Amino acid sequence: MQDENARRVISVIVVNEASVLSRITDLFSGRGYNITSLTVAPIPDSRYSRLTIVTSGSIRVIEQITKQLHKLIPVLKVYEHADLVEKEMALIKFPISENITDIATLCAAYNGKIVNVGDNIIIAMVADEPKRVDNFLKIINKYNPKEIVRSGAVALER
Amino acid sequence: MQISGAQMVIEALIAEGVDTVFGYPGGAIMNVYDEIYKQTNFKHILTRHEQAAVHAAEGYSKASGKVGVAMITSGPGFTNAVTGLADAYMDSIPLVVISGQVPMSLIGTDAFQEIDAVGISRSCTKHNYLVTDAKDLARVLKEAFYIAASGRPGPVHVDIPKDVTAQIAEFDYSVELDLETYKPHTKGNPRQIKKAMEAIAKARRPLFYLGGGIVNSNAAYEVRELVHKTGIPAVETFMARGVLSHDDELLISMLGMHGSYAANMAMSETDLVIGLGARFDDRVTGKISEFAKNAGVIHVDIDPASISKLVIADYPIVGDVKNVVNEMLEQSGMVNPAKYSSWRETIRNFDELHPLTYHEDTDRLKPQWVIQRVGELLGDSANISTDVGQHQMWAAQFYPFTRPRQWISSGGLGTMGFGFPAAMGVKVASPEKISINFTGDGSILMNCQELMTAVEKKVPVINIILNNNYLGMVRQWQTLFYDKRHSETDLSVQPDFVKLAEAFGGIGYRVTTKAEFDAALKESVEKNIVSFIDVVVERLENVMPMVPAGGSLFNMMLLEKKEKK
Repeated sequence: MQDENARRVISVIVVNEASVLSRITDLFSGRGYNITSLTVAPIPDSRYSRLTIVTSGSIRVIEQITKQLHKLIPVLKVYEHADLVEKEMALIKFPISENITDIATLCAAYNGKIVNVGDNIIIAMVADEPKRVDNFLKIINKYNPKEIVRSGAVALER
Repeated sequence: MQISGAQMVIEALIAEGVDTVFGYPGGAIMNVYDEIYKQTNFKHILTRHEQAAVHAAEGYSKASGKVGVAMITSGPGFTNAVTGLADAYMDSIPLVVISGQVPMSLIGTDAFQEIDAVGISRSCTKHNYLVTDAKDLARVLKEAFYIAASGRPGPVHVDIPKDVTAQIAEFDYSVELDLETYKPHTKGNPRQIKKAMEAIAKARRPLFYLGGGIVNSNAAYEVRELVHKTGIPAVETFMARGVLSHDDELLISMLGMHGSYAANMAMSETDLVIGLGARFDDRVTGKISEFAKNAGVIHVDIDPASISKLVIADYPIVGDVKNVVNEMLEQSGMVNPAKYSSWRETIRNFDELHPLTYHEDTDRLKPQWVIQRVGELLGDSANISTDVGQHQMWAAQFYPFTRPRQWISSGGLGTMGFGFPAAMGVKVASPEKISINFTGDGSILMNCQELMTAVEKKVPVINIILNNNYLGMVRQWQTLFYDKRHSETDLSVQPDFVKLAEAFGGIGYRVTTKAEFDAALKESVEKNIVSFIDVVVERLENVMPMVPAGGSLFNMMLLEKKEKK
């Protein structure tokens, strides 16, 4: 079978109420599905929140995930994206002793910049497609990053 | 009107037409029990364990078709009830289970009898609520009843902190439900239904595969009509027993792990499976890649997630079985029943080759005989509950069911201890019928404290213990697949069941012969008091046929043939 464990992005619109996030994550753990990343934030001016879940599985597994998500009472809509714009942010802490110019130039190539400079460290930010963020994090390894945090992907259908 | 949270619970139950609540009080739910004390609109049945309260509510719901209601306290009261919630969830039984919780100010402090109840019930309920303000109670309870009974039914759990039950707030149960995110799809797509009917008309060996959803949807009589109009043979799942009457010529039998040879062979040979409210459970399909291998699949189900979950449906139809079957009936003219006569003949031959039967070849009573005998003596006048194990399979195989809701058993979760309390709920729901619980010497001990409830509330359940001094089903697997190493399944040491029943004020019999059994059953029915009939049966009898777990349906272990004397 092709793309047996392909990466998939699912967006879920849910009522913004107590314990709704655990309903979603319990469903994934209870039925043995993976979550690669999960982001959630309220949708402005509504009683709903939007989750973006990056997961993996065969077409049948994804179909089951979608249907099971739909069954949860507070779930309004589930989108399984095919054609989408996807972005992820990462924050990276470097020692101040590293080459700041190099880092700044690299960040710029990945829609980022240096966002904070302290006595001993600088913090850089990039925001790009998750794959490109992967790539960026590989490249900046030689500048001895002290800490890296990724936001998880957010996505919108084209 | 301005009333307390506890009064709101009572008002809501009255508004929902609840006539019976099964429950067990405790600290956190006391405000509600105080209001129960003051009212006369519904009766409360005090079980002697919270698990039994929920099973009784399940039995009540299954026999009546109404939402079952159970009430328990926080902490251990709630955790005891979890098995019941899980059981109802697996078998799609509509329940509203209300639990007390510690006061809001104590939540999260590891207070006395505090447990994160909604956290625990989340994965074994259709939906749950923690009510944090009494002004939400009317809406929450109304939603709970609606969600439990609509769509694919299931249990809904409502957790109410003690201070919320004391809080005074405005109560208006006429609130309109606004569930924008919950809209069950009950009407099947007409185009899909037409395509399915065309496929049926074209098929040469079609087979109805009837599931428990038909019972939930109250569609059994419509299904009977469809089966008869089309002349297409039918197999029933364990959950669907009674959808067709046992003497219906088109009913083959139950299929699956302990299904009949003919039912399993029909499923293996069919060219079109017509699944109605059944979910292709692993105990039904056996090895999935070999299941109905050469057949197209029509799958009618209220739950979209059941469709193409295990077996890919060629004709998926999401909708309430009753609606869909009614539409199918309108188009059934295109199906010619005469076309399937040779297919029906093939199935008859299967059945003659290996009929569902047993051998009376030992001195001890055969458990299958006991079930058949109850069928002969009581038949339609009894509702049949069971516990879980060999006796359960024999009851499903051999009882002559005549109507839906006659058969009440724990199918999905397989809960030992279900039968007795469920049979009490059944009796409360339909007092005009005799309530039988077929049970085993293992299962009955898992809720035998309910003797007290049955005596006190005068709920005359007849518990027929098929006593083989074994955890019989596990013993059977050990015999067949573990080289007869009967690890921890020998129940040679057991209580005196007669004295046990008598100790609570019930009646008990120990029987070893057919005549004794007949006499004990007759007396139990006449005396109208809860009873235990301890039937000494053949110890090493196996449930046959059997499809070994993960095997193909057509590879059955069969009853050994005996020369006729």
